[in-house]
Amino acid sequence: MTYLDHAATTPMLPAALAAMTEQLARVGNASSLHASGREARRVAEQSREGLAAALGARPSEVLFTGGGTEGDNLAVKGLYWARRGAEDRRRRVVASPAEHHAVLDSVEWLEKHDGAEVTWLRVGETGRITPESLADSLGDGRDVAVASVMWANNEIGAVSDLAALAEVAHAVGVPLHTDAVQAIGQLPVDFAASGVDALTMTGHKLGGPMGAGALLLRRDAECTPLLHGGGQERDVRSGTLDVAAIVGLAVAAQAAVADRAERAARIAALRDRLIAGVLERVPDAQLNGPALDDVVAGGPGRLPGNAHLSFPGAEGDLLLMLLDARGIECSTGSACSAGVARPSHVLLAAGAPPARARSSLRFSFGHTSTDADVDAVLEVIAPVVERARRAGTTTR
Amino acid sequence: MAVRVIAAMSGGVDSAVAAALAVEEGHEVTGVHLALSPDRQTLRSGARGCCSVEDAHDARRVADELGIPFYVWDLAERFREDVVEDFVAEYAAGRTPNPCLRCNERIKFAAVLDRARALGFDAVVTGHHARLADGELRRSVDAAKDQSYVLGVLTAGQLAGALFPLGSMTKDRVRAIAAERGFAVATKPDSHDICFISDGDTRGWLTRRLGEQPGPVVDVATGETVGTHAGAYGFTVGQRRGLGVSTGDQRPRYVLGIEPVTRTVTVGTAEQAAVDEVLTGRPTWTGPEPELPFTAQVQLRAHGAAVACRVTGSADGGLRIALAEPQRGVAPGQSAVLYAPDVERGDQVLGQGPVLRAGERSAAVVR
Repeated sequence: MTYLDHAATTPMLPAALAAMTEQLARVGNASSLHASGREARRVAEQSREGLAAALGARPSEVLFTGGGTEGDNLAVKGLYWARRGAEDRRRRVVASPAEHHAVLDSVEWLEKHDGAEVTWLRVGETGRITPESLADSLGDGRDVAVASVMWANNEIGAVSDLAALAEVAHAVGVPLHTDAVQAIGQLPVDFAASGVDALTMTGHKLGGPMGAGALLLRRDAECTPLLHGGGQERDVRSGTLDVAAIVGLAVAAQAAVADRAERAARIAALRDRLIAGVLERVPDAQLNGPALDDVVAGGPGRLPGNAHLSFPGAEGDLLLMLLDARGIECSTGSACSAGVARPSHVLLAAGAPPARARSSLRFSFGHTSTDADVDAVLEVIAPVVERARRAGTTTR
Repeated sequence: MAVRVIAAMSGGVDSAVAAALAVEEGHEVTGVHLALSPDRQTLRSGARGCCSVEDAHDARRVADELGIPFYVWDLAERFREDVVEDFVAEYAAGRTPNPCLRCNERIKFAAVLDRARALGFDAVVTGHHARLADGELRRSVDAAKDQSYVLGVLTAGQLAGALFPLGSMTKDRVRAIAAERGFAVATKPDSHDICFISDGDTRGWLTRRLGEQPGPVVDVATGETVGTHAGAYGFTVGQRRGLGVSTGDQRPRYVLGIEPVTRTVTVGTAEQAAVDEVLTGRPTWTGPEPELPFTAQVQLRAHGAAVACRVTGSADGGLRIALAEPQRGVAPGQSAVLYAPDVERGDQVLGQGPVLRAGERSAAVVR
């Protein structure tokens, strides 16, 4: 089997699995006062410190969550509620239309149910958000509650310069949230140095467990909670700490960050070979997103593990099905809950025509990827694309 | 012989069992759920509607239990063009379409089968209740569930790419097989009515699509206007209920005809509604074209009874079907599906012709 969908989820790192399994066998609520509770708390707090150190944050800035979707919801809604609560004129939410649905749908929910006015950012054709675009949308910032721009796009891999964006936002007094779910472990991410006010990360994209993540939240950032209860996590995220998941998350994140440079170089080389090979075999295929050697703020302008290609005349969902039948697992990007393929909203936001957005596939590399994975795709891609093209003509 | 097949899985019990039997038969099966509605509802409401997210989930659950790949194919646009708009246009033209038949003809055994073949599959397996062996399409053993009528429009080429594993068993047996395999859909209610009219109110739905189009209801014998209606599309030839007419003699009236331009609905008595000859458009055949004339049985609407008939050709390439007994409710737009009676192996579907109108012989009967 050829697994090239690491951006969806990547296998757990053995060290994270071991640490998590060990903790699962122990009793103890981290909020309890007795010895078992203290021991659980010790593990949780060590994990918090380890995660904070790996991401350039202070331990008190780490709020454990149930994953990326929760982090995005908490940051967007919580920052909006807090800012608007403090100053009622701050009703505007500024966000990129190429965000993950966890951000998009939170923003749209605020618009529909809570009086928010949304300004969608201009997206460049590579999917990147520029400081100029953010500055234009913020204006004088007096009516803006929060802005949200993802660090690296999950579909087409575009990396934005969050430090520059944070500077723009702060110049007009607006807090900035970033969804860094895809970035951590692939790009250098330093929370303090970036200057952003809130950062969403999750475990299962970097070798940790599913259902465990963190929101990094600056100590001076006011954030209204989604979950009320026992007052854990600075009173911003109540709920008994899932200590086993937290230790798995922290171990994985520390390992992923420590090995980042070596792994990023290795998977970028695999990715480059895949794209070159595909373009050779299917000459009219198109690479979506930034160029492979693109640079932003002195670092990679594209996620090193991301390959996103359109195959004109072939439907993405048929390509996926044909590859699946040949043991190759990849993704078409967004799918609704019923599994109906929709043209990628990211490509549409970046100005691609719907046909190109519908005919795309994402191959994403991770820590277990090998040359054999690339070979497997290159062996079948030409006949698969040909077959999908023929099938496409039957129903259009 | 094992083949590569697409199992069209609606999320209902029939298609679930059909897919399971295909797997057990040794075929290489890929499950596909057809998303046909542009505005999909999250949850299913009773026995109506189709392809909700919940139905897709039910289908996926079965596929996962069977260990077969499963995908959703979005054919909403094709379905809208070929089935829904056809349905509206037919009613607007004063005819009574059968959308299930149209869906089989143009979606399941055209768009889906063509795509399946292009992708390297040999056939499409569905949960239709009909027998298909050696290229011969026959009624299901379960007469109450038989769906051969809505498959009667398929050609030999289409049937060559079809598998109907349920034709030789009753619906009770289908549910028992589903229960034996632990499928959650074993007790799911049968679906009824037209899948894209989720509240079951066809007249209301057509009114929203076509607007109110009031017109007269005219008695055929007197030529007098005996009532009015809000839209001729709300009527079907042979219909008796809901005519809202008052005639002196208290005898029931039936719809005899619908004239869309003047929006006139013509009604008459039971005797006047009886037809003993039917003219069709160009026929389709499930196998080799039979030599005309021939004798057969004909079924003139879904769930209608079959009657003996003699089939000859008409001048314009259609069929002239003489009925052994006069029938009411021969509605233009329906299919006249022809069967060769066979008690042992099941009546065999020979083909069909789209009903154009009653023939001249009938006119003689009426007068």
